[in-house]
Amino acid sequence: MTPVEFFLQQSYVGLTIGAYYALIALGYTMVYGIIELINFAHGDLFAFGFLISLTLFGVFGLQAPLEPIQAIIFLPLIFLITILSAGLLNLFIDRVAYRPLRNAPRLAPLITAVGVSFMLENIFAIWYTPGQINYPAFLPSVNVLQDWFGLATTLRIRSIDLLPIAVPVPLMIGLTIFVARTKIGKAMRAAAQDRDAARMVGIDVERVIMLTFFIGGALAGAAGMVVGLFLNTGRYLMGFEAGLFAFTAAVLGGIGNIRGALVGGFVIGMIRVYSDTYLAPEWTRSVIFAVLILVLVFFPSGLVGSTTTVEKA
Amino acid sequence: MIKIGKQRLLIGLLVLAMILTACGGAGGGEAKTIRVYASWPLQGGMLPIGDGMRNSAKLALKHYLEDHGGTGPAGFSVEVIFNDDASPVTGSWDGTVEAEIAQKCVNDPLCLVYFGTYNSGAAKVSSPITNTAGMAHITPANTYPGLTWPCPTCAEDEPGIYRPSGVQTYFRTNGNDFYQGYAAASWSVCEGVEKVYILDDRQLYGKGVADAMETHAKEIGLEVVGHEGVESTDIDFRSLMGKIEVSGATLVYGGFVIDSGGVQVVQQMANLGLFDKGIKFMGPDGLVDAALIDQVGGVDVIGDGNVLLTFPGLAPEQVRDLSDKGKRFYDGYVQEYGNAPDAWDSYAYQSTLVILDSIERAAAKGEVTRGAILQAMKETDFEGVTGRIQFDENGDPRQSSMGGFEVRDGKIVPLAPISGDMHTSCP
Repeated sequence: MTPVEFFLQQSYVGLTIGAYYALIALGYTMVYGIIELINFAHGDLFAFGFLISLTLFGVFGLQAPLEPIQAIIFLPLIFLITILSAGLLNLFIDRVAYRPLRNAPRLAPLITAVGVSFMLENIFAIWYTPGQINYPAFLPSVNVLQDWFGLATTLRIRSIDLLPIAVPVPLMIGLTIFVARTKIGKAMRAAAQDRDAARMVGIDVERVIMLTFFIGGALAGAAGMVVGLFLNTGRYLMGFEAGLFAFTAAVLGGIGNIRGALVGGFVIGMIRVYSDTYLAPEWTRSVIFAVLILVLVFFPSGLVGSTTTVEKA
Repeated sequence: MIKIGKQRLLIGLLVLAMILTACGGAGGGEAKTIRVYASWPLQGGMLPIGDGMRNSAKLALKHYLEDHGGTGPAGFSVEVIFNDDASPVTGSWDGTVEAEIAQKCVNDPLCLVYFGTYNSGAAKVSSPITNTAGMAHITPANTYPGLTWPCPTCAEDEPGIYRPSGVQTYFRTNGNDFYQGYAAASWSVCEGVEKVYILDDRQLYGKGVADAMETHAKEIGLEVVGHEGVESTDIDFRSLMGKIEVSGATLVYGGFVIDSGGVQVVQQMANLGLFDKGIKFMGPDGLVDAALIDQVGGVDVIGDGNVLLTFPGLAPEQVRDLSDKGKRFYDGYVQEYGNAPDAWDSYAYQSTLVILDSIERAAAKGEVTRGAILQAMKETDFEGVTGRIQFDENGDPRQSSMGGFEVRDGKIVPLAPISGDMHTSCP
C-alpha cells in the first residue's frame, strides 16, 4: 500500500468515525440549544442503542450471518424499534430527571445528568456484562472495491464499512430539512432562540422540548446500532467514551448549532484518526482537546456559528 | 473414712499424672516436629486454586515419605499447617490476616519455614515479617518481580523494603512477570517473527511486561517497529490496525489483562482481517482465561493458532511430559484427588520438595534451625518436577521455564515450554 493509499484508507476510517460522532453530537447540541443543558447522559443513549439492538436480534432468534430475506425484513424492523425505544428512553429521562428542574439554577440539571449517566452505565453493566460485549457479524463483510467493482487496489473498504456513512448521512440530512422546512422545526428554532417569546406567540415549548429529546435520543440510538453492525464490539462504558468525543465535537462546531455539530463531528473524527496514525494513540486525546482549546480561543462560538440558536441550521 | 479415701484419691491422681507425663514425654521425645506454616486463600472464589495448591503440597509430603521409608527429613516429622489468609468479609486475601499468620509462625518455635503466598500483595505484607525473623520464606505462586529484584518499573525501594534485616530470605520456584516478556521475545524469534508491533495498556502490569518484551527483543535482534499505549476503554481500533498492517509486523505483542483492552485488540485484529493476513497476537498470563475467547466472539472469530499466550510457569501437562518425576506428580494428583492439577499446583508441589530438601540438608550438617534451613535453601540444587531448581542471589529460580500456549478449538492449549534464551537454539 503506498503512502497515498494509506492516507486515503485512514481518511475513510476518519469519515466513518466522524459520521457517528456527528450523529451523537446532534443530540447534545439540540438539547443545549433549547434548554441550555449539557445532557451528560446522552452518550449512554448511544450505548443503549447498541445493547437494545443486540437484544432484539436475540429476541428474534437471528444468527449471524443473516440471510438476505432475513436482512430485508428484520433490519429495518429492529432499526425502527431501536430508535423508537432510544427516543422514548431519552424522553423518559427528561420527564423524570430534568423537567422538574426546568426553572432551577443551571447546575442542578447538570449534576442530575451526570447522575443519570452513571445510573445508565451501571444498569448496562448489570444487564450485560462489565467485560467486552460481542455483537455478531450479522451483515456480510465483503471487500467492496475488489469484489464488487473489480478494482485492483490494496484499499480495504468492506461492505459494512459503508454503513456508518449510508445510515447517518440521510438521517442528518433529514434532520436538517426537518428543522429548516417544517412548522414544528420552526417552532424548535423559535424556542431555542427565545423560550419566553416563543411561549408568547403560542408555541407549546414543553412539547418542543420533548420532541428535541426524542429526536436526539433516536439519533444516538441509531448510531449505536450502526456501530454494533460494523464494529462488532462494545462495552458498557462506550457511551461515556463516545459522548466525550461527541460533546467535544458539538462544542467545536458551536454548541447549539446543528450544522456545527455535523462539522464538529467529522472534524473530530478525522483528527482522531490522523493522530492515531501519524502520532500515537496515547496522544490522541491530548491532541483533540488541544485543538478544542485552540479553536475556542480564536473562535469562541465554535467553528460554525453562534452559541445561541438552533436557528442557523 | 472419707479423709483416707480422699487422700488415696489424690495420691492415685498424682501417680496417674506422673505416668501420663512420663508417657507423654517419652512419646514427644521420639519424633521431633518441624512446622511449616502455609498461607494462601482457602475460601470464596479462590477456593479451587487454594485447594489445588494444598492438595499438591500434601501429595509432595506423601511422595517424600514413600521415597524415604516413611520417615520425614532426617527423622523429623514435618507438619504443614494450612492457613487461610483471606478475610471472610471480602472473600479475598487480606493484609491483616496475612500479617497475623506470619507473626504466629514467627512466634511458634517449631515453625521453621513460611510457605506462601498466592497473591503478590500478601507476600509484600508477610515477607518483611519473616525476613526479620531470619526465616526461609518460599512462595508457590507470586509473580510480582519487585519482591525479589529491582525491576525497571518496580518501586524504587523494592526489594529492599521486603528485607529489613538486609539478608535475602524469600524464594520462588516460578517465573516472574518480567521474565515472561523476555521469554515472549525469544519465542517470537523461534516462531519466525522478524518485526513485532508492541501495544500496552499503560498500566503497571501490562506496560511492565511489554517493556520487558521490547528490551529483550532489541537485545536479540527482533525488530520492534512500534510500541504504543492504547486507551483501554476504546472500542474502535481501526486506525491503529491500519497502521499495524502497513508496518510489516507479523506479530502484535499486547501487554494487557482481560479488561484493559486486550480483548478489543484481539477482536479488532480478527474483525479487520489481520489474522487472515498471517499477523498473530501474543500476550501474557493476564489474558490466559476462557473469557478472552468468549468476549472476542467465540471460536469462529478468534480462529486457531492466531493467538499465542505466555505463562510464568509450565502448564501441568507440560510438567507431566517433562520428566518421570513430573509424571508421578501429575498421575499421583489425578489418582488421589480425581481431577487434573491446575496451573499453580506444580509449583506448590515443587516448593514443598524444596522445603523438605532444605530441611534434610540442614539436618545433615547437624543443625535444624531457621538460619540453617535458610542457608540450605539458598544452596538448593536438585531436579524437581518443573526442572532443575537453583536459586540466584535474589531468590529467583535460575532456570525459569515458562509455558507457551495457543488458542485452538476455542480453548487455551499448552505448547512446549519457552524461555528467555530459546532463540539461540529454536526447537
